[in-house]
Amino acid sequence: MGYLGEIFVMAMTAIFIQNFVLSRFLGLCPYLGVSKKLDSALGMGLAVIFVMTLASAFTFLMNRYLLMPYNMEYLQTIAFILIIAALVQFVEMVVQKNAPALYNALGVYLPLITTNCAVLGVAILNTSLFRSDGVTPYTFLDSTLNGFFSGVGFTVVLLAMAGIRMRLEKSELPKSMRGMPIALILAGIMALAFYGFVGFKI
Amino acid sequence: MNFFKELTRGIIKENPIFVIVLGMCPTLAVTTSVENALGMGLAATFVLICSNIMISLIKDVTPASIRIPVYIVVIAAFVSIVDMMMAAYLPALHKSLGLFIPLIAVNCIILGRAEAYASKNNVVMSIADAIGMGLGFTLSLSVVASIREIIGAGTWLNMRVTPASYDPMLIAILAPGAFITLGFLMAIMSMIKEKK
Repeated sequence: MGYLGEIFVMAMTAIFIQNFVLSRFLGLCPYLGVSKKLDSALGMGLAVIFVMTLASAFTFLMNRYLLMPYNMEYLQTIAFILIIAALVQFVEMVVQKNAPALYNALGVYLPLITTNCAVLGVAILNTSLFRSDGVTPYTFLDSTLNGFFSGVGFTVVLLAMAGIRMRLEKSELPKSMRGMPIALILAGIMALAFYGFVGFKI
Repeated sequence: MNFFKELTRGIIKENPIFVIVLGMCPTLAVTTSVENALGMGLAATFVLICSNIMISLIKDVTPASIRIPVYIVVIAAFVSIVDMMMAAYLPALHKSLGLFIPLIAVNCIILGRAEAYASKNNVVMSIADAIGMGLGFTLSLSVVASIREIIGAGTWLNMRVTPASYDPMLIAILAPGAFITLGFLMAIMSMIKEKK
């Protein structure tokens, strides 16, 4: 299997088989909080893809070239959080200055992402993942791509959820089911659907 | 008496999971068994108490504009301590909680209490608040975990509680069961609130 095949496996795993939200339980706060409208879900999704890709790249470099040579892996949590917080702040400033249109679309979601556990989650997961042969640890490109595909997986289910919830607004629900309870049950049914992918071997 | 008021507030009236709806990720991910839920709840409570004490002590010297990064570093430091202690003394629990131990650092409950309570109140009150919130979190996790473990595995804290003829519904301890259980629990909570 060439490198393209490797990328395909990685994409399928991150988006469907081990979906960040529905099977790894990461990034649930935005998944339940920002899925009421389709356009805000899209904005949040794009911002998450962007930050997850960058965070995967930078935390990989940090881990490989700063923490590992000095046996300081125990500082991973602190180091990664600082990188992510700084990165989000930096991205926010750059986008605001150079792409005002993009800033208007993503701006409000960027600060929320610092405490999105999906971003820290992918950074920590990347340090312990292996390619499909089970021996080669992830390289810089692998980690970055995995960050990107995990973000795509998050966005796919976020958009699906937003679509369903917008229709749900018009339906008549028992009063106690409205809002969070029905959103959680919906998520459960979606997780059940995604569970069908688990048996797949690529 | 104020101390006890702060202490009990987090357990029912402002329960972090069922009322404020914070910290969803660990709630759904580690409630596959009561043992995991207790481990997670106590680890988070420890971090919450330590970070509340620390943040309440340094609140007067922390510049307002950089307070969030300061809080995050304080919290992450205590999370690293818990992570290493657990790996050394409770390796089995550490393994089954896995990724969710470092992720305590970005749990919104802890940063939320730091920002909303510890940065404005004195040390004693902050400890009461942390214990209350931590216990509320642990209790809610245990409730969700009890339901899932009994339905999904027929056991409670690894003891068999269902008759031998009961065939466990595995779905309850898989990912979809987590969402559905919590969804129904929340519906019941809001039903009780409506009745009042």
